[in-house]
Amino acid sequence: MGRFIAVRVASLIVSLFVASVLIFAVLRLLPGGPAGSLLGVGTTAEQLEQLREELGMNQSLVAQYGDWIGGLFSGSTTSFVSGMPVNELIASKLPVTIPLSLAAFVVSVLVSVPLGVIAGVYRNSAIGVGVSALSQLGLAVPVFWVGVVLVWVFSLQAGILPSGGFPRQGWNDFGGAVSALVLPVITIAIAMSSIMVRYVRSATLDVLDADYIRTARSIGFSRGGALARHGLRNGAVPVVAILGIELATSLLGAVVVENVFALPGLGSELLSAVTSRDFPVIQNLVLFLTAVVLVMNFAVDLIQRAIDPRLRLVSASAGGGAL
Amino acid sequence: MTGTNMSDIPAAGGQIHDDTGSLAGELQPVSSPVGRKGLSARRWPPSLVAGVIMVGVTVLVGLVSFVWTPYSIDSTGDGGRLAGPSADFWIGTDRLGRDLFSQLMTGAQSAIIVAVAAVLIAGALGVVIGILAAGTTKTVDVALLNLIDLMIAFPTLLLAMLVVTVRGASLSSAVLAIGISGSAVIARVTRVNASRVLREDYVTASIASGTGWFGVVARHVLPNILPMLLVQLMILAGSAILAEASLSYLGLGAPPPAPSWGRMLKEAQSTLSVQPWGAIVPGIAIAWTVLGLNLLGDGLRERLDPSLRGDR
Repeated sequence: MGRFIAVRVASLIVSLFVASVLIFAVLRLLPGGPAGSLLGVGTTAEQLEQLREELGMNQSLVAQYGDWIGGLFSGSTTSFVSGMPVNELIASKLPVTIPLSLAAFVVSVLVSVPLGVIAGVYRNSAIGVGVSALSQLGLAVPVFWVGVVLVWVFSLQAGILPSGGFPRQGWNDFGGAVSALVLPVITIAIAMSSIMVRYVRSATLDVLDADYIRTARSIGFSRGGALARHGLRNGAVPVVAILGIELATSLLGAVVVENVFALPGLGSELLSAVTSRDFPVIQNLVLFLTAVVLVMNFAVDLIQRAIDPRLRLVSASAGGGAL
Repeated sequence: MTGTNMSDIPAAGGQIHDDTGSLAGELQPVSSPVGRKGLSARRWPPSLVAGVIMVGVTVLVGLVSFVWTPYSIDSTGDGGRLAGPSADFWIGTDRLGRDLFSQLMTGAQSAIIVAVAAVLIAGALGVVIGILAAGTTKTVDVALLNLIDLMIAFPTLLLAMLVVTVRGASLSSAVLAIGISGSAVIARVTRVNASRVLREDYVTASIASGTGWFGVVARHVLPNILPMLLVQLMILAGSAILAEASLSYLGLGAPPPAPSWGRMLKEAQSTLSVQPWGAIVPGIAIAWTVLGLNLLGDGLRERLDPSLRGDR
């Protein structure tokens, strides 16, 4: 296990490095680039040159990359627009985005696991088919549309929840903060549950059809007993894999949904940075979000291995690569 | 992301679902109740029929909108501003008095363009990378696979935001980002299925009898992986439409006056309390088309992979 963790940590670090290089490459190597896009049309070559100098863009690409990563760790990188240190800026947005994605994640797990199991166990009855159909529908509906419809129903028609915004005092106005997050959380949770239900249902079907369940039944376990003893752990393996992806998805769902509800989180910050071409904020924020996704995948790998001893054998012989 | 982010969902969903599907097919083809439906199994599955009809309607509407819409999309006619649905204006008018139904029809054009272009980019790029990974040395394969996995983990919405930052908001920026992002999933599916084909005895025989690498790919690999690819590409087309809708909702898609369901929705959101249909109907159009594509993918999978028939 120790060696496995070491290998996975090393590969996580390599992935983070490659991701940062890709982000850097897209931003610097595509035609356009920070200086040109900051000044816009009608600027003189002189102005452009001066700005390039200020931004350190006349250095070699390697030196620019080094500056970026150095600034990331020392916290010296500042926003083009507000002049605020980027790391502080990101930290100031977390009190909105983290509760939003975590709550959406928890709600969607609580909803989708029971629904998925029901859809699997009663696959041929009306309720099973109904749940599957709902999840198909949920997959096709744009997440921001769900948000808009919820606003229409619960804010404009019923008038029981705010249509957007976040209290100025933040979490000091606890009630206000919670009610500001209710609709956004439901919005993200609906989108996430639609996917999760499919996976849980699929895992349930695999378990129900498995030979070991039939064997357990034949040696005297009740159906529920066999499922509890053998089904849960086997069924959990693919579901845990999805949980990791889902936690990441909920964070990214937040990027869109924060903009629907005008919540001052990472997503709104990212969008306004993209709109104003605030390069330092964009590249640090995108790297931060990517890092969260990669770390989540890493954690899922470890958890899966802990649940499923078979994975330890596979990865020992094959290096855990291909399928 | 529902977006885009959320748009990653159907793609990821399809892919993983598919992996388990192909695994089941590979390891235990006998355990599924294949012959149960007998001859009727040759018929089109209901999801395929539904998918073809739903996607067909969108394509038809998009094509018709090139030659006819009830009103010109930028004419501020005499229906008044923010009017509700009526006989003249079927879903009402927006805050400038423009006919929403005409905008809805024209919006199908961008959805179709995005779906087709993203599928072409992702298909071409993904198949080439996937076959390269399947056919090269172990080291290159592992390197490519790790890169593919990284790209799969990298959210479409974030890539799109990076591209938009540099190239500006346009339909081509959106298509480029969505296509490149989708190519990772296609590459993965291609790699898994192509390397299975390459292990077959008839491929060994073919190589032994002097067929070149290109010949093997063209004659054996591509025809065998095509069904799988088609399924993935359908699902990808759906997530491309969702991703584009998210981008244009966020104001990062094609700028006005180019029609887009996502932007229609955004523009209608501020007048939701007066004229809700402007926000509700574009969402239904997006869901209709994406659901159609997903059903099309599921139906194709069912039709092409006998081991999945019956249960899922």
